[in-house]
Amino acid sequence: MPPAGERAPLEANVVRKAARSAQGVEVEILRGLAFSLREGEVAALIGPSGCGKTTLMRILAGLDRAFEGFARRPPGVKVAMAFQEPRLLPWRSVEDNVRLAAPESSAQERAALFAALGLSEHRAHYPAELSLGLARRASLARALAAKPSLLLLDEPFVSLDPPLARAIRADLARLIDAKRLTGVLVTHDVDDALDLADVIYVLSARPAHILGEVRIETPRAPVTAQRRAALTAQVECLRG
Amino acid sequence: MLARLGSLLALVLVWQVAAHFSNPRLLPGPLAVLDAVAAQTASGALPRALGATLARVVAAFALAMTVGSALGYAMGRRAGVDRWLDAPLVVLLNLPALVIIVLAYVWIGLNEAAAIVAVALNKLPNAVVTLREGARTLDVGLDEMATVFNFSAWKRWRHVLLPQLAPFFATATRSGLSLVWKIVLVVELLGRPNGVGFEIGTAFQLFDVATLLAYALPFTAIMLAIETLLVQPFERHAARWRARPA
Repeated sequence: MPPAGERAPLEANVVRKAARSAQGVEVEILRGLAFSLREGEVAALIGPSGCGKTTLMRILAGLDRAFEGFARRPPGVKVAMAFQEPRLLPWRSVEDNVRLAAPESSAQERAALFAALGLSEHRAHYPAELSLGLARRASLARALAAKPSLLLLDEPFVSLDPPLARAIRADLARLIDAKRLTGVLVTHDVDDALDLADVIYVLSARPAHILGEVRIETPRAPVTAQRRAALTAQVECLRG
Repeated sequence: MLARLGSLLALVLVWQVAAHFSNPRLLPGPLAVLDAVAAQTASGALPRALGATLARVVAAFALAMTVGSALGYAMGRRAGVDRWLDAPLVVLLNLPALVIIVLAYVWIGLNEAAAIVAVALNKLPNAVVTLREGARTLDVGLDEMATVFNFSAWKRWRHVLLPQLAPFFATATRSGLSLVWKIVLVVELLGRPNGVGFEIGTAFQLFDVATLLAYALPFTAIMLAIETLLVQPFERHAARWRARPA
């Protein structure tokens, strides 16, 4: 919980979220899932496939309001999201996709982002000309260019090759500390979570709730191999 | 383009051969029709008629496309609107053009407004159906992206919706233009004192097939030019992002 007087940039309490499946059966997706984040804090959500992580992200982004409970952001908090699929406008170039979502970003800022994400040669390309990995990077560039105070990342590193994913993770970690970004990261990969998060929430299968949390005392700082192994073991233990 | 010219040339050739073997009053050859075109152009009657008809085509088409697209979009996006407007749409789709034209002249009067409304009403359901289909296929994911990144209404329209609807606009335009100009001729025949339809009516009474074709063919050529020079380049421009897959 944040200290009194300070509004948390993100406070969520999903009492219950259900949805009707294609067969018309009501399925409970989330139940009793609550957490809040302080400014500059990043939470990683780890859970089994299909447990409702993406549903939770849509609630946090304000895209889904049909649930019991609340997801509060103080007014003026700027949200950006990297969706699980890149969701680029196919009829606009990479550069235009970023510029449209982040109109106040300068050409230099965009150039720096493209360079960091290995997109410099692709800025004039249309999304259909990109591999899925490149398209995901473009979607990440778009989210970062928007200079959000709340950054939502839904599996951002899937289908990137490991060295590149590591490099982008490192860049992202620097950016989170430099800009005091608040963020939520959905991932399958404990290493992603250990590199980026302040706190890891391990989610249950459907209906998803928080099974337990692992706090990282020195987030986004190098840790020893033993410490890393110990934290990974804690997460695995919660996962069961 | 060459194939298109070649097939047109072949058509003229067939026409010439057919005319050679038949009564010139029933089927005049290409040269006789060309003579008639020259005579009607020299007198100024043909350009005036073409101008009047083209103005009606443009007005009726613009009216039908604007109203039809708005209605179709609303029906495709909102199931409630669709439920309320679907039955009237089916009625309008199946109402014969002639009935709409006659009723418009009876109710509004024998004037320009009635003529244009009658044509627009004939085209309207076609535009509604096409754009409704377009609105139904809009990508929800891109919509959510636009919401998260706070796109303004204009930006959403220009960069998210319009590119998705462009092929449907092109389809509605293509089928619409040919439909509209055919109906404009009927409207002119029934209740206008000028235009290609009126002149064709006169030529019919005189059994003057050469003049009839002299009015019909130039207008067909104009519509072909609009299709080739406006609609197709628009489609190519709208689809340029598809042109170079990885």
